[in-house]
Amino acid sequence: MAAPTMDRSTAAAPATPVQTLTISKALNMGLRAAMEANPKVIMMGEDIGKLGGVFRITDGLQKDFGEQRVLDTPLAESGIIGTAVGLAIRGYRPVCEIQFDGFIFPGFDQIVSQVAKLHYRTQGKIKMPIVIRVPFGGGIGAVEHHSESPESYFAHTAGLKVVSCSNPSDAYWMIQQAIDCDDPVLFFEPKRRYYEKGEVDTTSAPGKLFESRVLRQGTDATLVAYGPMVRTALDAANAASEDGTSLEVIDLRTLSPLDLAPVFESVRRTGRLVVVSEAPSESSIASEIAAKVQQECFYSLQAPVLRVTGFDTPYPPSKLEEEFLPDLDRVLHAVDRSLAW
Amino acid sequence: MSSPEQWTHPEPDAAPAATAAKPTAEQVIAGLRATDEGGADLVQLLTPEGERVTHPDFDIDITPEELRGLYRDMVLIRRVDREANALQRKGQLGIWVPLLGQEAAQIGAGRAMRETDMAFPSYREHGIAWTRGINPTELLGIFRGTDQGTWDPVEKRFHPYTIVIGNQVLNAAGYAMGQKFDGKVGDDEGEATMCFFGDGATSQGDVHEGFVWAAVYDAPLVFFCQNNQWAISEPTERQSRLPLYQRARGYGFPGIRVDGNDVLATLAVTKWALDECRHGNGPILIEAFTYRMDAHTTSDDPTRYRLSDELEMWKLKDPIERVKVYLVRQQWADSEFFESVEADADELGEELREFCTNMPDPPAERIFSNVYAEGNPNLEAQRDEFLDYVSGFAGGEH
Repeated sequence: MAAPTMDRSTAAAPATPVQTLTISKALNMGLRAAMEANPKVIMMGEDIGKLGGVFRITDGLQKDFGEQRVLDTPLAESGIIGTAVGLAIRGYRPVCEIQFDGFIFPGFDQIVSQVAKLHYRTQGKIKMPIVIRVPFGGGIGAVEHHSESPESYFAHTAGLKVVSCSNPSDAYWMIQQAIDCDDPVLFFEPKRRYYEKGEVDTTSAPGKLFESRVLRQGTDATLVAYGPMVRTALDAANAASEDGTSLEVIDLRTLSPLDLAPVFESVRRTGRLVVVSEAPSESSIASEIAAKVQQECFYSLQAPVLRVTGFDTPYPPSKLEEEFLPDLDRVLHAVDRSLAW
Repeated sequence: MSSPEQWTHPEPDAAPAATAAKPTAEQVIAGLRATDEGGADLVQLLTPEGERVTHPDFDIDITPEELRGLYRDMVLIRRVDREANALQRKGQLGIWVPLLGQEAAQIGAGRAMRETDMAFPSYREHGIAWTRGINPTELLGIFRGTDQGTWDPVEKRFHPYTIVIGNQVLNAAGYAMGQKFDGKVGDDEGEATMCFFGDGATSQGDVHEGFVWAAVYDAPLVFFCQNNQWAISEPTERQSRLPLYQRARGYGFPGIRVDGNDVLATLAVTKWALDECRHGNGPILIEAFTYRMDAHTTSDDPTRYRLSDELEMWKLKDPIERVKVYLVRQQWADSEFFESVEADADELGEELREFCTNMPDPPAERIFSNVYAEGNPNLEAQRDEFLDYVSGFAGGEH
């Protein structure tokens, strides 16, 4: 089933084309625009109706679109994903909210066994236009299972696409593009950045969904990050520039498929790469980037690819998360090591 | 008789549907005794001896022609099953999942469905596939390893075989919710969905969640559990303390145990359940009490875990024989009819063997095809690199 054409100019255009919004509000507006553009778009999740979601991302949607399009579901993640599969077969485009990153695992079986494989199993006769929204990452002082970064599991699974937004403009546009996509998309939202503000131009999308983007140009070393770590990388680049070091910052945006052409191009100029991510480093997105960059940019590298990540432990008690999570100092420390190699 | 009220507020009934001869769970699990009696609640319209009996709630008018059709369906699908089993023994299939003994459960349920209804099968539903108009040759590739099911699930309204136990129950619940959201439920023209799973699957969380979802969204879904007494080596007593159909009560919808070796009773109960669903009174659980007369798959060895006298007991309840006896006794079929069905079965068997032995292996590109609906440039690069590597061997020695 192809998605009906979405006429952005009339669908949900607010009065002012360029607005300053939080990521949270931008996601809410993006979801609203998608629901207005296509009656087959439905929301499913726990507490997403009257409450508007624990982070209020779906605030007001049930009120305006009804209980049949914004479903407060029973509390079972496999049920949310498993019934979304059936609804997708029936022609719907379900957008599932997983309340917190660490709660996605009861739905893991349905995601990797059915959502990811039905298109392949049927050789294209069944499409799975499902978006699974996951507020992810730490830094909010939460209890266990509320601060995880499980994206690598899904990037490792063929048949799924995985993206992460880092700013309000991308939040607004990427969620709509993900809903338009005929493949299943895991949509990782940087929960600790939900209330950061930025300008959103609601008249036209600034780019495609599965593209990485250079956010800041530099010459001495390249930083690659996604989701909540993009802000950290940009802050590090600002701080470095005060010391006369010029860092290029790339927002990965898409984790599967990876779009590493801008990274290769950058590393061929700078010769140095530091990958920043909250997820543990072993067998991670950061590992994959390191492998691909050494393969494509072998003779350009002036130093090994370095990774600044969460540690290879379960997420620690929150009083220790400042130490666990990569921050500006750890990023700059890695940059220094790279430059001194 | 079908009001949900009656089912959700049943009479307190301490006595289980058992007889004095009923073995205890411990005896069954230890392999000392077998379960072959469905109990007092079993809905039956044709006894193992081929006697037509009545039931106060469920009955069916059946014409001679219709019953001959059901008989033919069962004979043909049994032949498909036996041929495929033999093809595995000859090395033509990697594995086969026999349906032997479950013909009545599947033909009865399948023939109760309308074209507009949707079905979500497990992996043993060759009889359901037959009733959905899928050529049995289309099942072979799954077990030969050439494909993963080639029929169009949307056109045939028959989902791909689901191998992960219980996954399809949630998928079916979602589909049925969609039928309701689409306004296709509420009158005689309504749509319904059937979901097929086994006794072992009832222990899966997905099946429990499917019960919950279908119930709270009033989905037009018939849960059709074929209790064939065995989940590979584990008897049903290892899955449940309670007869499976009684579980429905806890979820707030009707649960009915039907003689799954009785094609008439299965047809009658399933038709009723589908009609309830299409009118908006779903969901409903049907437990078809039947028996897996062969192994779990061709890789299994049932002699390690069950007694052969159990099989002998169930052979007396054969789903096809009782229909044959009834057809003859009623003079609804003559020897010419039975011979013609045999001839059709022979022809079908030959077609199957011919097709199977001539199935080409898929090309190497198939590894990479249709992983995504909208493509993936990295995967395409990987494919091209591999195909380039493969082409390097073309015509050469390797």
